[in-house]
Amino acid sequence: MKKTLSTMLMLIIAATLVLSACGAKTNNEGAAGGNNEGAKEEEVKSDGSGKDFKIGMVTDVGGVHDKSFNQSAWEALEDLTAKTGAATKYLESKGDADMEPNLNKFVKDGYNLTWGIGFLFNDALSKVASENPEANLAVIDSVIEAPNVASITFAENEGSFLVGVVAGLMTKTGKIGFVGGMEIPVIKKFEAGFKAGVAAVKPEIVVDVNYTGEFGKPDLGKIAAATMYDKGIDIIFHAAGATGNGVFNEAKARKNAGDDVWVIGVDKDQSLEFGDEVTLTSMMKGVEAAVFKISQDLINGTFAGGTTQELGLKDNGVGLPETNKNLPEDVLKQVEEFKQKIIDGEITVPVEPAA
Amino acid sequence: MDTFKKIFVKSSVGIPLAAIVLGLLFGAIVMLAGGYDPILAYTSLVQMLFGSPYDIGEAIRAITPLIFTGLAVAFAFRTGLFNIGVEGQFMMGMTGATLVGVGLELPWYLHAPLAVITGALFGGIWAGIAGYLKAKRGVNEVISSIMLNWIALFLSNFIVAKFLVQQGQQKTPDVHDSARLSMDWLVGLMGNARMHWGTFVAIICVVVFYVLLWRTKQGFELRAVGHNPDAALYAGMNVKGTLVKSMFISGIFAGLGGVFEILGVFGYQTVMAATWGYGFDGIAVALLGGNTPVGVLLGAILFGGLSYGSAGMNFGADVPQEIVRIVIGSVIFFVASHGIVKFFLKPFLSKRAEKRKEAV
Amino acid sequence: MDRNLAAVQLKGITKRFPGLVANDSIDFELKKGEIHALLGENGAGKSTLMNILFGLYQPDEGEIYVNGEKTVIDGAAKAIELGIGMVHQHFKLVQPFTVAENIVLGNEPKKGLSINYKLANEKVRDISERYGLKVDPQVRIKDITVGMQQRVEILKTLYRGAEIVIFDEPTAVLTVQEIEELIEIIRNLAAEGKSIIIITHKLKEVMALADTVTVIRRGKVVRTVSTSETDERKLAELMVGRDVSFQVEKTKNEPGKTVLSVDSLQMKGEQGKQVLNGVSFNVRAGEIVGIAGVDGNGQSELIYAITGMRQVSGGSVKLNDRDLTNKSPRKVSLAGVGHIPEDRHKHGLVLDFTLSENMILGSYFEPEFGRGVFIDYGAMDKLATKLVDEFDVRTSGIHTHARALSGGNQQKAIIARELHSDPDLLIAVQPTRGLDIGAIEYVHKRLVEARNQGKAILLVSFELDELYSLSDRIAVMYEGAIMGEVDAVHRDDQQLGLMMAGNRPERSHLEKRG
Repeated sequence: MKKTLSTMLMLIIAATLVLSACGAKTNNEGAAGGNNEGAKEEEVKSDGSGKDFKIGMVTDVGGVHDKSFNQSAWEALEDLTAKTGAATKYLESKGDADMEPNLNKFVKDGYNLTWGIGFLFNDALSKVASENPEANLAVIDSVIEAPNVASITFAENEGSFLVGVVAGLMTKTGKIGFVGGMEIPVIKKFEAGFKAGVAAVKPEIVVDVNYTGEFGKPDLGKIAAATMYDKGIDIIFHAAGATGNGVFNEAKARKNAGDDVWVIGVDKDQSLEFGDEVTLTSMMKGVEAAVFKISQDLINGTFAGGTTQELGLKDNGVGLPETNKNLPEDVLKQVEEFKQKIIDGEITVPVEPAA
Repeated sequence: MDTFKKIFVKSSVGIPLAAIVLGLLFGAIVMLAGGYDPILAYTSLVQMLFGSPYDIGEAIRAITPLIFTGLAVAFAFRTGLFNIGVEGQFMMGMTGATLVGVGLELPWYLHAPLAVITGALFGGIWAGIAGYLKAKRGVNEVISSIMLNWIALFLSNFIVAKFLVQQGQQKTPDVHDSARLSMDWLVGLMGNARMHWGTFVAIICVVVFYVLLWRTKQGFELRAVGHNPDAALYAGMNVKGTLVKSMFISGIFAGLGGVFEILGVFGYQTVMAATWGYGFDGIAVALLGGNTPVGVLLGAILFGGLSYGSAGMNFGADVPQEIVRIVIGSVIFFVASHGIVKFFLKPFLSKRAEKRKEAV
Repeated sequence: MDRNLAAVQLKGITKRFPGLVANDSIDFELKKGEIHALLGENGAGKSTLMNILFGLYQPDEGEIYVNGEKTVIDGAAKAIELGIGMVHQHFKLVQPFTVAENIVLGNEPKKGLSINYKLANEKVRDISERYGLKVDPQVRIKDITVGMQQRVEILKTLYRGAEIVIFDEPTAVLTVQEIEELIEIIRNLAAEGKSIIIITHKLKEVMALADTVTVIRRGKVVRTVSTSETDERKLAELMVGRDVSFQVEKTKNEPGKTVLSVDSLQMKGEQGKQVLNGVSFNVRAGEIVGIAGVDGNGQSELIYAITGMRQVSGGSVKLNDRDLTNKSPRKVSLAGVGHIPEDRHKHGLVLDFTLSENMILGSYFEPEFGRGVFIDYGAMDKLATKLVDEFDVRTSGIHTHARALSGGNQQKAIIARELHSDPDLLIAVQPTRGLDIGAIEYVHKRLVEARNQGKAILLVSFELDELYSLSDRIAVMYEGAIMGEVDAVHRDDQQLGLMMAGNRPERSHLEKRG
């Protein structure tokens, strides 16, 4: 009996290993191979300026096809390869412990710049930076004070303010929700800005907040969304990574059943993925632009090591997508006005939600 | 001695080796089919593992927790229990070590041992709960320990977030140097690879595993209960107490794994979205190693080495991560399924050897 | 019925396993409508031969003829197609399924895509009536007795159209009554024209049931005889290869002081049923007290109570005037109680331990096996070597796994271990179950020897013959209580039978035994 059990387990584990590998392969159309040694795309003419440069990037556990940060960053590097001929490559981390050796892999192989994507890289990247003072590194969403590290953060609160304005103006039921991933400072910034934005146009509305505690659990997002929609909320802003996919999922189901519900996407223009029927708009973070810019700077010889750049509305580091099919002119106009006020400093958006 | 003999008998070494070769061959076919160069890929894999002192050191760092979790699973299995909760016990071990390492200030000769012991006990007690529920209430340990994994994750996160976390951060402050167990002299030698004392403790645990089970009276009892609890009961053994003890010891192995990730590798603990998976990998390691101590050590080296080295295939030969996983998966698959390998080897084995095996 | 036509003919069947010839050019012939016993000790090659006939093994040499036609049986499916059915010793039934579902399994009457349960039930009822095998098609297997389950197995073979039915040790798991019923069933089948093969090592059954018997020893046919031309003694000789004594030599022995005294034991079962209901008796030094009774009347629970495996709700157990009531099994064993359990695989041995390790299963903690926490395997091996020698355990070495030993040698090992601890009381439950004649003889001899050395022995057995030949006194259990005691020598068989059926003996009778 015990033998059968262990044999079964063995087969299950083996099958899981093989199948998970297969599964991963299927949702990876086209992008397989991924790593570009030189330009591949034909439409874009490479100017060849970057052909002596090697730029590496390490993802967190989300991997390079996470439809979020890591993917945006990688798209920027692919773009860079196409335009400048720089050699780019990525490594995926299977766990927190992998981040450091992965960074080191690039650093020790003489890469000119190594990216760590996400705030989880804070410690690993600062350690690698101090051990290798001659190497250039860059990090997204985290501040590392080292002369050879460029840190990039975003004023998520500013962008969230604008989608808050949109939600406040567009709600028909007068009820609005926010679904967060883990309750951590960077996500709190989203919440704070969003609440302030809603309050700026509809002070009477209290935003319903739910932190699922997970970034990778669409099922939790779906449950959270269902609860909110049941309460009469018609617009949900999510800042929950893949957990947010569940929010879209629930919204789609309700939309098909005839309910008038919406989701505001995050990080990227999520209408491209989930469709305009449910995506009201998105709070975009300019990860792609930022990664491209800093990498380009390196090629141009102006790498901003030792600096921290917080990219806000004025740098187009955060904001709404260029096209918003679902937003009427007057709403867009008001959004534009608020945007200007923030840029001009007339409005200061809080970083932490009011108690 | 039996187990040592078993491991070094010709056929028991030959078959896993053949299995690794078969797995690599299969992987090569997959890579060829995908248009990648298998020879370059495998060279990169080896390069990644042995290419530099840093890589050797980091590979050892990746292997170490798997030795602990593999031993934990194997130990419980020897007593007839399936400890699927190693994951949670590992977490509790981390949390115990962090609590002492961050929360207390003591001289090094007290601080580090206390942190290690606390973490080990956290792991042991966590597993002991599942053992107790099994012994007293008949709750299946598989179910209770899976549930305890979740509780461990959230309890650890709660403890970290409530008592230890730094302002505006998702992690604790660094463990005091007096509790750190990294081997600084070796770290320097190995190009800053995160070497720590846990590796030595892991190897000591391999020996302890063997001595405890096959050299002590307690071990006799544990094994008797594992093979046949009814007969053990008839022989006057305290079967229920033995179940709890077995889980407790298994949990200590798991907890130690967690302890050294904190005190040796990271130096701090974060609020985690999910567990790290070392515990589940430990199940595979234990099965690869046939639940013997040396087997677990070898299994951990194979499993940890392959998964660390796999980044090299990605890096050096541009084999996409997905195909790398297929290659690694097939090596593990072949090693785990002796039957398939024997089938492939059949034509090569002499008839006499065949007969000898059946007669055993 | 043409009795002279062979249903099955095996010619020169040889089957070799590494290091052993299991069947050595065996010739065997089964006539139509005959009941043919295949007799031999454990490991003689009976089961191998029948597994060849049922297609589970392929013979290395030899030919098989079924109904006069030469065939190759390359699997159980082929055997079934040829009309051969096998009732295995360990039933192959699906516990949560009903009787009918089990019988039609793999060959279900269909209605469209679903199973036609009504038709299935009818068909099952039909054949069960035809052969006098009464079962309720709609009850679940897990709710019926072992005897009933065996009937289901038989019906399964009949449903699949078996003309030749092989029974593998069919009585091993049955009670006395069930055995009688089974004998009746088998006779009926033969009368209906089925040809029957019975694999057994029980001489009595062969004589009671079979027309012809083929005796196999060490893979060879010793002789095929008609039962009318032989007797038990001759068969035993053929089977074992030497003269066998059935009667245990037992001299009269004057019992000494009371060793075990059990007083008004009460125990509740798992469903709250009273399984022990005021059991009182005692066992004195130098006597064997047998517990008779139909299986399931509280015998097992009585042993659990004495050995401390289960808690009693009332009454007391005393050993040499020391109270052992509800003490742990370890305390009971240390107090001087040895135990040969009923199920040696499940309770007596750790099959994956070596013989040597099994020898110290109950004593590994003693200082003689190492001081402190470590265990002294040298001392263990020394003891094992000594006991193996003393008790004639046939093994390739003391480091052989217990699993690899034959049943008889396993039992010898257990007896060696239990007697070595020099207990005042030895409890033996079904000590010869499943053993062949040679081993039974040995076990009996050892038990009587222990009695002669002044040990108190409590023997539980369902074999009346065993109780008669070993016991000094026999107590009869019925529904958790002792119905009465009889003297083993001056016994009254009828009285005993009545008590086993639940009738208390007359007052005077009880008093006489005092």
